[in-house]
Amino acid sequence: MSAAVAEAPPATRVDYLNADYGVKSWLLTKDHKRIALLYLGSITVMFFVGGALAVLMRLHLIDPAGGLVQPDTYNKLFTMHGTIMIFFFLIPSIPAVLGNFLVPMMVGAKDLAFPRINLLSWYIFIAGATLALYALVAGGVDTGWTFYTPYSSTYSNTHVITMAVGIFIAGFSSILTGLNFIVTIHKMRAPGLTWFRLPLFLWAIYATSLIMILGTPVVAITLLLVGLEKWLHVGIFDPALGGDPLLFQHLFWFYSHPAVYIMVLPGMGVVSEVIACFSRKRIFGYSFVAFSSMSIAVIGFLVWGHHMFVAGQSIYAGLIFSLLSFLVAIPSAIKVFNWTATLYQGSISYDAPMLYALGFIGLFTMGGLTGLFLASLATDVHLSGTYFVVAHFHYIMVGGAVMAYMGGIHYWWPKISGRMYPDMWARLAAAIIFIGFNLTFFPQFMLGYLGMPRRYATYPAEFQVLNVMSSAGATILGVGYLIPLIYLIWSMRYGPIAPANPWRAKGLEWTTPSPPPTQNFDVTPVVTEEAYAYGPPRPAAEGAHD
Amino acid sequence: MTEAAATQGTEHPAYLAHQFADEAQQFEAASLGMWVFLVTEVAFFGALFACYTIYRHLYFAGFEAGSRLLDWRFGATNTAVLIGSSFTMAMAVRAGQLGRRKGIIGWLTVTMILAVLFLFFKFNFEWAHDYHERLIPGFGFSHPGVHSPAVQLFFCFYFFMTGLHAMHIIVGLGIMAVLLWMAMRGKFDSGHFTAIENTGLYWHFVDIVWIFLFPLLYLVGGRY
Amino acid sequence: MSMPWLNSALYAALQTLPGIPIAPPRASTVAEGVDELYYFLTAITLFFTITIFTIIFYFMVRYRRRSKEDQPPETVMNLRLELTWTIVPTLLCVVIYVWSASLYFRNSRPPNNAMEVFVVGKQWMWHIQHPEGVREINELHVPVGVPVKLTMTSQDVIHDFYVPAFRIKHDVLPGRYFSIWFQATKTGRFHFFCSQYCGTGHAAMIGWVEVMTADDYAAWLAGGTRGETMTQAGERLFHQYGCSTCHLRDGTGRGPSLEGQFGKPQKLRDGQSPVVDEGFLRRAITQPNSMPIPNYAPVMPSFQGQLNEEQILQLIAYVKSLGEEERKGKSK
Repeated sequence: MSAAVAEAPPATRVDYLNADYGVKSWLLTKDHKRIALLYLGSITVMFFVGGALAVLMRLHLIDPAGGLVQPDTYNKLFTMHGTIMIFFFLIPSIPAVLGNFLVPMMVGAKDLAFPRINLLSWYIFIAGATLALYALVAGGVDTGWTFYTPYSSTYSNTHVITMAVGIFIAGFSSILTGLNFIVTIHKMRAPGLTWFRLPLFLWAIYATSLIMILGTPVVAITLLLVGLEKWLHVGIFDPALGGDPLLFQHLFWFYSHPAVYIMVLPGMGVVSEVIACFSRKRIFGYSFVAFSSMSIAVIGFLVWGHHMFVAGQSIYAGLIFSLLSFLVAIPSAIKVFNWTATLYQGSISYDAPMLYALGFIGLFTMGGLTGLFLASLATDVHLSGTYFVVAHFHYIMVGGAVMAYMGGIHYWWPKISGRMYPDMWARLAAAIIFIGFNLTFFPQFMLGYLGMPRRYATYPAEFQVLNVMSSAGATILGVGYLIPLIYLIWSMRYGPIAPANPWRAKGLEWTTPSPPPTQNFDVTPVVTEEAYAYGPPRPAAEGAHD
Repeated sequence: MTEAAATQGTEHPAYLAHQFADEAQQFEAASLGMWVFLVTEVAFFGALFACYTIYRHLYFAGFEAGSRLLDWRFGATNTAVLIGSSFTMAMAVRAGQLGRRKGIIGWLTVTMILAVLFLFFKFNFEWAHDYHERLIPGFGFSHPGVHSPAVQLFFCFYFFMTGLHAMHIIVGLGIMAVLLWMAMRGKFDSGHFTAIENTGLYWHFVDIVWIFLFPLLYLVGGRY
Repeated sequence: MSMPWLNSALYAALQTLPGIPIAPPRASTVAEGVDELYYFLTAITLFFTITIFTIIFYFMVRYRRRSKEDQPPETVMNLRLELTWTIVPTLLCVVIYVWSASLYFRNSRPPNNAMEVFVVGKQWMWHIQHPEGVREINELHVPVGVPVKLTMTSQDVIHDFYVPAFRIKHDVLPGRYFSIWFQATKTGRFHFFCSQYCGTGHAAMIGWVEVMTADDYAAWLAGGTRGETMTQAGERLFHQYGCSTCHLRDGTGRGPSLEGQFGKPQKLRDGQSPVVDEGFLRRAITQPNSMPIPNYAPVMPSFQGQLNEEQILQLIAYVKSLGEEERKGKSK
């Protein structure tokens, strides 16, 4: 692999951060790296808004009679928490921040295929997020992030239309991002970079992008129809006016189930990169991991009915969706096994990114296995609509996706910022997050099995002990997230200068200086070896990849 | 995939964006981008078609009654107009391939005129008529009769689907106006007409959507 | 797949763990089967979680980096391993699926002799009607050991009727009827909850199932019935709203006779022949002209908005009863 890197001392070297100054140079940038940072700032804000709402919820739930707010307000808290976290944090997070930053570099290109569309996608995101925040301060929405009709379309008198339009707009940001990635990965790979030499992060991003472009338009139309129904008082999903509320659910979940794979697949990509680097080994079963990403994307479109087992769907539909839901678990299991096998005989270091990645594997395993309880028809009857579901998806989304996001941010932080973060604080925060997370959400599995429904502002007293445990965990988790916010910002100014490749990692992005110049590569690299070529030098082997 | 090594701001056409290795890569990327975008549009309209199909199955009598209230002659005329505009658009692309500036301008202009004609028939005749007949849900809808809720549902979908389609035509008109301006400035030649070609793709898609919409909405029931 | 002794032992153990509630009461015939599956899934989860955690932890320690010059050996593809850990989980999943699906399927059919109770969910309470005429709010009295079929609908938005102790749940939709059933195995008071978010009072939409001995239940039922049964209420409404003026018993009126029609297929003008069940009747009352029938002009007015869901259920009970004596007589 050619690597033309001339590392001038930081004071004189021009990189993408100091290439140009001023607000205009950021707001009108076409550089994918700057756009990634624009996204980073925006979604971090949304994360902490959503997080604050969660803290309020957990504080309120310490008291079975509802200690903090009125039921109406609580209903708005969980709705806004869900919509903001899902549509304005999780869905963009890894793709829009790490994907935007890394995809061109990992394929050896100077930028994405369509840089201006990339910038446009950020502005669209901001427009959507502004509407969402406006809905929040104007009084909130209280339909749940699932917007079930006819409650949302006919009965609720909160800012449903504003929120629906906000999500609709943000959906286009998602679509454009996915479109950009697909074209870039297909058409702009450096010479020698065949599909099966791609880093697994790109396979994951590619699979995610397919879901983004196929699924998002459906939810966009669905929310538009709900908005129309509310605005014009017509009956598209309202049975009183001839509509069908189940049709709404089918349309909604047709996107929203694949959406959870949009949220977790990129995290899996990050985990592959980190595990390989910090055990200094090629990922075990590369092609299996690559194909598993694609299988998850495909099968993920066929399982939406498992959200509707008790909704009024036919039993036979339920039988089919249940079987497919079990099958979609298999590719994820394959990944977990392959990551674990990668560690075998590796040279493992305990840097913060690795701690996050390992935490992902453990918590994702638990989250995924608890998904089997819900895919299983007989147990789902008892567990759906309860805290078991809440615990399950938080294990995947927070224990999985957010931890992977944190791991990725830490792993590529030197490349992005040119600085190192303080190592001990990072590891400490990772540990606090892991502990706080489990304390918060494990009791919720138990609450669900006991029968406590979700979205309850008040609850029977016998559930209090577990709720208090969960709320205690949430405070610890909150502290855990604040620590990286502080030291990462601190490091941008005061952190030690990072070398080009502090982790001695493989991957085209590490052949550039930290931070990289605007054009990434002075000379287009030519790729001659497999991804993760950490092993002993091979005798010029052709096609010996696994 | 190209085999060209990277160039760094050396001799290349002004329209070659810096992230691409060569013009061929840029052209392929732009085409793939447009195709991917059209896939999202299929998913977009597809969701609406799916809803419409389900409700039409559930309320066939009402949908038939609603469809009868539409004037299929306008629908058919508009279909011909739009197909014609697809043809003229294809001719514009051809002119682009051959590097004929006047041809591009001419054919684009005709395409735009046909698109405006389509919108004129739709808004000035069909929709205005529907408004007076109180057939627009949410805007004074009133249809006495047994199938009233189903008829209203039909018209919800009719206006949403044709309205969304019309919006795509308006956006297409905007894009064509920009292309026209670019053509007049001589920005296209036989080696570089990507924008026209991709706009052609978009326009053909808009046409195909209408070809589905017309029979689905205007020709419900067996009276033809 | 049944180790009832293990099932009971686990259940008993979970009850006695101090302080923190772990397991909900088991009070229906299906609860045990569901719990069995749940414990199995828990065992699988624990097994794989602990195994993965242990292996990872072990590898982390055993293969920790000792020096910067460490050179791990080459990764070699092991197809047999890949296939094993693909096929084994798949088989495991299929086993769980078949077990669960058959349990679900069996549990989904109410026994023929189930006693019926009608449930209407509305913001934010549950209205329950017994055919004998007793009505309750947020309480459901049932006898122990008798199958009970709940036919449910909503007056407004989607709700959900959930009894954790019975392990049953189903959404309750406006405009449609859904039925679930249970057979209680012990007396006592058990929570029921609304478990589909429905607005401000969602968390307040809770109540109690009161399972009584057969005698106590009969006494309770008798004590509560001072008014009319559902069928009698339905008959009253049938006349009050003028249904009887068109639906003459001999079929010569403007509407078809309803004698003995319940449970039979009804041919529609568009060729379909749906069965006349509760849902059909509800639709006939609220959207009569969405299902025109041959030989009768579609002139029936809609009663949507004039009757609430409970009244519709009463009318349906009455229509069900029409011709019942004849049917019973014929079957002798």
